[in-house]
Order: sequence, then structure tokens, then C-alpha cells
Amino acid sequence: MGEFKVHRVRFFNYVPSGIRCVAYNNQSNRLAVSRTDGTVEIYNLSANYFQEKFFPGHESRATEALCWAKGQRLFSAGLNGEIIEYDLQALNIKYSMDAFGGPIWSMAASPSGSQLLVGCEDGSVKLFQINPDKIQFERNFDRQKSRILSLSWHPSGTHIAAGSIDCISVFDVKSGSAIHKMHVDRQYMGVSKRKCIIWGVAFLSDGTVISVDSAGKVQFWDSATGTLVKTHLVANADVQSIAVSDQEDSFVVGTAEGTVFHFQLVSVTSNSSEKQWVRTKPFQHHTHDVRTVAHSPTALISGGTDTHLVIRPLMEKVEVKNYDAALRKITFPHRRLISCSKKRQLLLFQFSHHLDLWRLGSTVATGKHGDTLPLSKDADHLLHLKTKGPENIICSCLSPCGSWIAYATASRFFLCRLNYEHDNISLHRVSKMPAFLRSAVQILFSEDSTKLFVASNQGSLHIFRLLEGSFKHLHTFQAQSGTVESMCLLAVSPDGNWLAASGTSAGVHVYNVKRLKLHCTVPAYNFPVTALAIAPKTNNLVIAHSDQQIFEYSIPDKQYTEWSRTIQKQGFHYLWLQRDTPITHISFHPKRPMHILLHDAYMFCIIDKSLPLPNDKTLLYNPLPPTNESDVIRRRTAHAFKISKRYKPLLFMDLLDERTLVAVERPLDDIIAQLPPPIKKKKFGT
Amino acid sequence: MAALEEEFTLSGVPLGTGPDGLLGVEQCDKTDQFLITDSGRTVILYKVSDQKPLGSWSVKQGQVITCPAVCNFQTGEYIVVHDSKVLRLWTNEDVNLDKVFKATLSAEVYRILSIPGTEPLVLFKEGAVRGLEALLAEPQQKIETVISDEEVIKWTKFFMVFRHPALIFITEKHGNYFAYVQKFNSSVVSKYTLLLGQEEKSVIQSFTASLCRKFISLMSLSSDGCIYESLIPIHPSDPENNQLQRVVRSLLLKTVVSGNARNALSVLDQDHVAVLGPPLPASKECLSIWNTKFQTLQISKELPQGTSGQLWYYGEHLFMLHGKILTVIPYKCEMSSLAGALGKLKHGQDPGTQTMPHFVNWEASQGLGSQNSEPSKRILRRRKIEASVQPEVPASQQLLSTIKKDSEKHIEIELRKFLAIKRTPDFHTVIGDIVIGLLGRCKTEPSFYPRNSLMQLVQMHVLSYSLCPGLMEVALEKTDVEMLQLCLQQFPDIPEAVTCACLKMFLSDAVQEEKMEEQTGILQNGFNPEEDNCDNCDKELSEKPQNTIEETTSCPVIPKRAALLNAVLHSAYSETFLLPHLKDIPAQHITLFLQYLYFLYLKCSESATMTLPGIHPPTLNQIMDWICLLLDANFTVVVMIPEAKSLLLSLYKFVKSQICICSELNKIEVSFRELQKLNQEKNNRELYSIEVLELF
Repeated sequence: MGEFKVHRVRFFNYVPSGIRCVAYNNQSNRLAVSRTDGTVEIYNLSANYFQEKFFPGHESRATEALCWAKGQRLFSAGLNGEIIEYDLQALNIKYSMDAFGGPIWSMAASPSGSQLLVGCEDGSVKLFQINPDKIQFERNFDRQKSRILSLSWHPSGTHIAAGSIDCISVFDVKSGSAIHKMHVDRQYMGVSKRKCIIWGVAFLSDGTVISVDSAGKVQFWDSATGTLVKTHLVANADVQSIAVSDQEDSFVVGTAEGTVFHFQLVSVTSNSSEKQWVRTKPFQHHTHDVRTVAHSPTALISGGTDTHLVIRPLMEKVEVKNYDAALRKITFPHRRLISCSKKRQLLLFQFSHHLDLWRLGSTVATGKHGDTLPLSKDADHLLHLKTKGPENIICSCLSPCGSWIAYATASRFFLCRLNYEHDNISLHRVSKMPAFLRSAVQILFSEDSTKLFVASNQGSLHIFRLLEGSFKHLHTFQAQSGTVESMCLLAVSPDGNWLAASGTSAGVHVYNVKRLKLHCTVPAYNFPVTALAIAPKTNNLVIAHSDQQIFEYSIPDKQYTEWSRTIQKQGFHYLWLQRDTPITHISFHPKRPMHILLHDAYMFCIIDKSLPLPNDKTLLYNPLPPTNESDVIRRRTAHAFKISKRYKPLLFMDLLDERTLVAVERPLDDIIAQLPPPIKKKKFGT
Repeated sequence: MAALEEEFTLSGVPLGTGPDGLLGVEQCDKTDQFLITDSGRTVILYKVSDQKPLGSWSVKQGQVITCPAVCNFQTGEYIVVHDSKVLRLWTNEDVNLDKVFKATLSAEVYRILSIPGTEPLVLFKEGAVRGLEALLAEPQQKIETVISDEEVIKWTKFFMVFRHPALIFITEKHGNYFAYVQKFNSSVVSKYTLLLGQEEKSVIQSFTASLCRKFISLMSLSSDGCIYESLIPIHPSDPENNQLQRVVRSLLLKTVVSGNARNALSVLDQDHVAVLGPPLPASKECLSIWNTKFQTLQISKELPQGTSGQLWYYGEHLFMLHGKILTVIPYKCEMSSLAGALGKLKHGQDPGTQTMPHFVNWEASQGLGSQNSEPSKRILRRRKIEASVQPEVPASQQLLSTIKKDSEKHIEIELRKFLAIKRTPDFHTVIGDIVIGLLGRCKTEPSFYPRNSLMQLVQMHVLSYSLCPGLMEVALEKTDVEMLQLCLQQFPDIPEAVTCACLKMFLSDAVQEEKMEEQTGILQNGFNPEEDNCDNCDKELSEKPQNTIEETTSCPVIPKRAALLNAVLHSAYSETFLLPHLKDIPAQHITLFLQYLYFLYLKCSESATMTLPGIHPPTLNQIMDWICLLLDANFTVVVMIPEAKSLLLSLYKFVKSQICICSELNKIEVSFRELQKLNQEKNNRELYSIEVLELF
């Protein structure tokens, strides 16, 4: 198969932001996740947990609450006091509206989805009406003494429960007045704490209010009488989040110790109708605070400071024991943060507020499989490019020649020209970028670095010609009539003639760049596209989907290739289909047209189309080199998928030249080392 | 999970099916080819995967085929019998059956049986069996009569048992069924009577059999819709003794089809059976696959046009007549797992699955092993059975009546016999009933104490405290410490009060004296490992002459008592329920127990792994928990006793040193973490490297 020199890069010190909120939408089976830097991500749980959309973060927009309302509308609220609605089609913020109550700590949509409730720093609870185009303030409820940290609607929509500091209030929605105030014990294991913060409340249809607080208690209250019914002490630290299932037969709480507890309503004795809440299962999938939990019909979802999103299926709810029943831990974004210049051996790393440019080292030594070669030149950090302003970088790209860098934030587009003179680099920003380029979703340079392709969030694609130090707008492909879906992935053919673009749901569009018109559309597939690439010479478009299927589509012939049909007919190896991270990058070997290189977070693979496909009985991944095997056996067992799991978690992998690969790893230990220390638990003694 | 695939039909040649359906479907020497004999005059050879006939042969007008055609796997010839006595042999090349080899026999043939690997057998209607070769050599030889008058062969099957052919056939006479097993390496015929049990009115509709180690597992579908299993030994225990042996039927699946229809049964593999018949009296006929291990319906398929009540199973194909057409349903079964078996039940999607499977009912198990659901009827029937036929009473019930009157010795023998029989699903409740029966007699007759029988029952590993609540009380009454020890080891659910009562007795003086005398008796009842354990301790002691704290490390109790106490340490308990009972133990005994526990602790701390030697020693945690419990319960008393003073002092010292260690460990924990970090950094130091990778 071949021997490669691999540049193993571990200096991309990317740390994902901690998860602050998750909101599950039952209707579309999607999960919205907000992070501490204000980023909001949308995961499609039906499409193999693929992160299909994201909204870039903003320094001043710390999200404290996230909820779905009116079916598919997504709202967030944060400490800047604003309520934001997101446009899930165009991937931008529809509008933001100040609630005029200081920082917002909590938000809840009414069971009917027509009203929105926010809890503010000044102790006010504000009710908003959700109109088709905007939200409208309706009125205030009775003001409480301190900030409202948690809110929950009664399923009938007539009452709400609001958790504050040291007390829980129950309001009547009609009158807006508090009908009960339940004071929470500050005492914690005999020691009186300063304050008891109600981190979460849940209102059940039988009138029970469940509260979780900073003293480690899960408490059940009767809202009709305002009395405490039962207390479970679950942690020595704060219990920070609660989520109840739709059937109200189970709920989940997350603690600052990283533990998630599952509570279930079970019969006291067998075949008796009397039921009680019992703490059934503890899960320890997190090392840090579990800031937020969600309860889907079949799974417990949790996220927190340790940046992992954990989806834990409930085995009793899973009908078939298949791979969907496995625990999922999502740590890295399902998009590329790294671009590479093959010619100059440069890597561009994208962080939330800056870009780093590195030049790879070199070696003159050779060796055999597994050797680490002595470096004749180490890798250099060439450039640290900080963005101005509070907005996060959405996307970035380094041109293949290494002399252009382009990146975009929500409001601006930046294009820079790099000049290399011996060891000095000079950066020159191209000014006066047109305004229609802002909030670009994806940027791409052509192989010869003479053209720039930008996908904007309105569904249009812009083409520019790059000249020495300046640019010229060539053409704009408008979105297909009637859609505003933005194109998240772009691929250009090495000869520069074809441009492929894919959105989140519709098919892949292929444009003829020379004639500037739409060439064809690859038929839409049920699962979103995770990676795209066009092969040199043949102009075959290779498409990877989130269900781990791979298609090869011949652009000149406007049809799937024979190989693609063969593999669809035979089906992929079951282990290939069971991988749980999507393929994020596809590339090709310049000299071997039969090879396709692709990788996900835990493996990289070279598909050799000339070899037979593996069936379920063959060994998909063979880490051991063939020793003492005759050539015959080797040839017989050889199959098309050559897999290496040596580099993980793998964020990027590409071919620099025929014999050289670059692999960017981000070890989890390095991420953990940069997180704040978790709550210290004594190892010894009591 | 068992699955039925899409059915297909075999047509091409119209089948002359009579009202009784087909004569038979038999395998051929080539895979995928089957010989189908209709009830008229025709034999058709089908290739099933192609769904087309390869050949068809008919006998002359006026002749009738009386026995399904089979293939001789050794020669590849086909054999058929027409007009009961005329044997025909032919091959694929022959066209006309009239012109092929013919042999006229002297007696009427019931069936020709052929399986791969051996020569075909001819079973005559009178029960005699001949090999085909021997018969063809001398067709007119005299055929003896094996079965009695009016006995009719109902069903037969031919097996290979460890490379020896064996034949089983079932006969019926006046509603009684008999099984004959003939092996050809010993040419002995064993005859068995099938006991129908309480369902004496039912008629057996269909049989099927499979090999199950040393038994032939004979399954029968009765007209009450239940499937029963009988185990017939392949090797009769007493081959010389040719007298009638009885075989009991046990219920395998309850009410899988409604009776009064033509139902059929076929065993598929060791856990699955296929049943053909209507699941409810009014419903249409169904083919259902049942898992016998989990008693669940795996899949069912409706056959709206009715069947002939015949079912054949070869390889992966189920054959049946659906309407007038021969239908083949491919069947596949993957390894069954509990999840797989239960998964299907949850849905109950199929229209034919309304009959719920019968699970073991834990609550209704106080009855006597019978699974009949109507108690009133059962009593009536039992009375009737007792009055009429003694042998048809279930074995457990027989044993219970023995318990009521016979001597201890006799009970012991009967019990041993009973335990040798195959375990039924409700085995544990039956055992529980027997123990309760024994205890009931103990209560009424003070002199009666069947110690060996009880011991044997406890050692079956199926009892628990709640199944025989009186057992430990009686043992306590009789101060039978071995029994108590055994119970403590075996039962998972002993109440704390009883555990405490045991402990009290083990610590009392009565035990010690008795122990000395009964030593030999004890040894044979599972006492040895514990004793070894303590012997080892003592041996170790003597090997260490430099031991300075000699007086504290000698075991404060004798090995017997130590073994008993260890049993208590192992038993499960809940602190809140145990504490009040511990308060009742006299202070001297508490001190003794504490001394023993302290001794165990010292032994533990001697070894690096903190464990005691021996096979099943108490763990350090158990020892520490009991020390804490005893002190919690009796501290005020123990503090006043002068003998306990030194013990308490040493315990106090021990706790103090533990606290010291923990606080020191806490202090250096930070340093540990730094060391760990350094170690990690060393491993991940390289942020950039160039490596060589070869892909294979």
C-alpha cells in the first residue's frame, strides 16, 4: 500500500468551550447545544448525532438559557440581557431583543409554545408573546427579592415555578402573582451554608415541583400546599441541572461532581398502583460540573465544563440492541478547523478569536514502519493573527500556494496577502471587501490559488479572481429559488472547472466555473453531507454522509460511478458503519487515481478502488503487518479499506506530497490539562 | 432470533392430494432435492431452490403407494412401497416404475426409513425392523411380530446415535401410548409406556423427537393444545430386563394451539419448535415458531387457506400443504439470547400471537408442582388419580406422601431417587414444598428429624430462606449447627434476627461441647475448608518464632467455632435491622467474638494482600464492619468489662494510627499528583515529530 512519512502534529492547542445549555426538540429529534463562548450548535440525533449547523459565538453573549418554542424556533438568552432568536435556515441571528431586566438567568417556553418566560437578575419574571416574526413583551410577574435562576411551566400552562436564592415561588400565570413561596433549607449536612441557590426546578402535571439546589439536594414539593414532600441528598456539591421526560416517569439531574443521576417513578410494591420517585442509576461520564441535562424519549443527554456532550441511551427504552444503543461522547466539532498549504508545507489553525500559521519541519533521514525520524528542522510558528472585535471566527482558509489567508466573522470578511522573503513574512490586508461577503459560512481557494469561492449564509456562492494584492468579483451563483439554505461545504476540482457545494439537507449542487452555470445536482440523500471532494483528472465527486455512506459521482457523466454502485450494492462493512464520528476530510493521491484518502476523529483510511470490497466476514482493520505470510494469502485477504488508527483524536489529515502525510492530533489529556480543576474529592480517609 | 422468510410454492405437477394430505416429504442424497409422495400414485422429485420438479414417477392404475418414497443415501436409489408389500427400487434414469426392480415381501411395511450415513431400514406394521440389504437378499423371509394385537404404530423416527443407528416408534392401544427404542449395535428393543399424567383424556396429535445427549427428547402435541416433553434414555439402564418401563411427560409449552384441529409439531433445534395449527379455536391456521427455553413465541405466519395438519422440516426448509399447494417456508434461527427472545414478545404484532406464553408463576407455586391453573379441578382430579392409578401421580407428590408416613431412611432413598430425575422449571418450588413437608412432620413428631435429607436438599443450591421459612428455626431448636452453617452459606435472604440467633448459639458454650463429640459427623458435611483455613493460620503462627505478640495472635476460639462464626461473617445483613438484635447477646460472648474478629484482623494485616488464607475466608471489610457493628451495639456494656479493656485499648490504638495514616496521605496527595503530571508530560512531551507509517 505504501509507506508514508507522517508529520505528527500535536501543537494545535485547541480547547473546546464548555457546554452551558442543551435543549432537546422532540419534534425534529434535534439537540441545540450552547457553549460558554456563545456558540450554539445543532445536532441531528436522527442523522447519527451529526452536528449539522452552528452559530458562531460572541464575547459579550454568554448564553444562560436555550429553548425551543413553537415547534422549530430556537431562542437563547444570556447575561447581556438580550433574548435572541436564531434563523435555522440562514444560520444567522434573526433578531435580539433586550428584556430590560438585567442579565437573564433562565428562560422557558410555555407548553403550547406560544409564550416565553424569562427570569432576570432584578428578580422579575417577564412574559413574552411569540408572534410569527418576533416576540412581544406582555407583562411582568410579581418581582422577587433576588435573581430568578430557574423556571418551569406547569404542563397545563396555568402556573409556573421559579427558583431563586433560598426560595421557590409558584406563580399563577393569569394574575401574575405568587401564590406560594417555599423556603429551602440552607443547612447542608449540619453546616449552614451562606446561601442555597435553586439551580433548577421542574413542575409536574400532578402539581409536584422538583427542585435541585447548591446544597446537593433534590427536593419534591407539593405546589398546592407549598410543603416539602421528600428530600434526596445526592451530592456533596451543587446539583446544577434537571430535566424531566415527557411522560413524567423519569428525570435526570446533573451535579458539580460530574455525576448524573437518573430518577424513576416506580411502583412501591409489584402490582400496586402507588408509585414513588426512586434514584435508580448514577452515571459518571464527566469529570467536571454537569451544567445542563436533557431527557429525550430514549436517552439522557448531559454536558458541562469538561466540554463533552454525552448521550447515554436508556437501555430499557431501546427497542433493538444495535449500535444506536451505545454511549456517545462528542468532544470535537464535526467541521474542519485546519487548512493546509501543500506547496509551502504550512498549516493554518483556526481558534475562536485568532488564527495560527505554522510551517512544518523536515527531515532527511529515512526509516521503517514505526520509526520516529530525527528532525533536521523543527516546526516554526510563523504568524499569530488576532481578530478585532468580539465575534468568533466562523471559517478560515489558507490558499494552496500559501500566500493568501481568508477568514470570516459574523459581520466581516478578511482577506490577507502573505509575502515570504527569506525568513521574514509580511502580511498585507486587502481592504474594501464587499459587504455582501460578511458572515460567510465556507471559504475555499482554487488549487492554483487564482480564484476564491465564498459561500454566504443566504445560500449564494461568490467567485472572485485573485490578483497580486487585489481581487475582482467574477460572479455570484444565487440560491435556488425558494430556498435560503446556506451552503456549508464546498469543493473545487483541481483543474478549477467544477465547484461542488452542499447544504445541510438538499442535495449537492455542481457548478461549471468556466461557463458560470449550474451543471447538475446530485440526488438528495436522507443523511447530511459531512465531507466533499472532487478527484483530479476523473472529476469524480466523492461525498461522505453522516450515516457513514460514501458515494462517488462522476461530474462529466452526471451519474454515480460503477464503483459507487458496486459498493452500494454490496454494502459497507458493518464495522465501518458503526463508527461514531463523521468523516471530516477527503483527499486524493496525486499519482494514484484509484486511491481515496479520508479520515474521522479515530482513524484514517485509504480506499483502494482496485481491490475487492470487504464483506462482513473479513477483518476490516488489521493493525499488524503481514509477517511470514505468502504473497498469495496476502493478496487474497487484501481489501479496499486500508485503515490506520495510530493517530487519535485526529482533527486533520492530508497528503502533502506522494510520500508525505500530515496528521493533526489533539490528545484529550492536553485538553483536560487546560480546563479548570474539577471539584477535589478526597482519595484517602473520610 | 428465529425468522420465517418469504414462502414459495412448489408447483408444476398437480399433486394428487387426498383428504389426508401427502404421504411424505423426504430428503434426497443431493442437497436441495426432495422426494414428495402424494397419497395416490405419484412420487415427484423437486429441486427446491429452483421450485421445479426434476422427475416424476407413478405406479400403475390400480396400485396405491402405501409408504413415502425415500432415498438410499448409500446408493442414490429411490425406494417406494406400494400395496403395502411390494418394494420398488429405481434411480433417476428410470422412467417407468413398472419396469424397475421389484421385491414382494411377506409382511406389510409401515415405513422405510433412511438417513444419511447408514443403510435404510424397513419397519413393518407388526413392529419388526429389517435392514434393506438383508431384506432384499431374502424378500420372503419370515417377519416376526413385535407389538401386540390392536397396537398400531403411530409415528416413527430414525436417528444416528454416536454413529450407531437407533430407531424409535410410537404405538397406540386403547388410548395408551408406548415407545419402542431399537438400537442396532445391540439389537435390543426397549419398550416404554408414555404416562400422560393428568391430561388422560387428551389424544396425542403429533410427535417429534430430537437427540439430547443421552436421551431422545420426544415432544408430543396433545389435543389440549399443549406440548409435552418426555425423555427416553437411549441406553436403557438395565438392558437385560425387558419389562415395561415408564416415561413421564412434562409440560413444555402450554396451549400453543387450540385442540380439535389437525395440528402438527416439528422440532427445529434444541430450543425451537414449529407448530402448525390455529392458535385460537376460531382463528385461521398458523405456523408458529416457539422458543422452548424462554417459552416465547418467536414468529408466526397465518395460513388462511388451511393445511393438512402435516409439517416436515429438513435443513432450513419447512414444508406444508397450504390449501392444495405444497408450500416451502425457509426458516432461519440465529443464536437465541434472552433479549432476542423477549424482544419479540413486547410487540406482539402478529395477529396469531394472542396466546400469551406461560411463565413460571412465583406466587402460585405453593401448590404441588402442577401447572394447572384451576385449583378446584386439580383437587378433583388428584383425588381421582389417587383412587385409580398410583403411577400417574407426579413424582414430587409421590414423595410428599412418602414423607408423611415413611421412616427417615426410606425418605432419604426416595429423595435421592427423586433428585436424580430431570429438573423441571418449577424445581425450586418443588424442593421448597418437600422441605416444608418434612418440617411439617418434624413439628408434629418431635422425634422425627430427617437431618441427612434436609442437608441434601439445602445443598441443591436452589433453596432460600423464604422458600422454607421453618427450616432454620427447627435447626436452632435442635442445635444443629452444621445445618445452620450450611443455611448461612446457601441462603441469600436470612432475616437479621435469625442470623443473630445463629450467632448467639455459635458463641454459647453448648456448641463447644457438642462439637467435640460430633467431630467425625461434621467433617463429612462441608466443614473441611473452613477448618483448613484456621489450621493454616495456626501453622503459620508456629512457623514464626520471632512473633512477639504471641498471646494476642493465638486464636481465641476453637477451629469449629471459628468456622461457624465465619459463616455468620459472610451472611448478608442490613445494619439497621441487625443492631437491635446484637444488643441481646451476652457481654461475655460479645467480648469473645470481638477477640476473634481482632485476631482475624491481625491475621489479615500480616499478609501483603490483606487477605486471609483459605478457600473462602472473610474479607477485611466484613471483619471491620462487624467490629464496628458490635461496638456500636454494645459499647456501654463492653466498656465495663475488665477482660475487654486491653482489647478496646488496642482497637483504639489501631483507629488512631489509621487516622494518622489517612491524614498523612492526604498531605502528600498533592505531591503524588505532581509526580503523576510529570510522568504524563514525559509521555506526551513531543508536540511534533515525523514518523514513518506503512499501511498494509
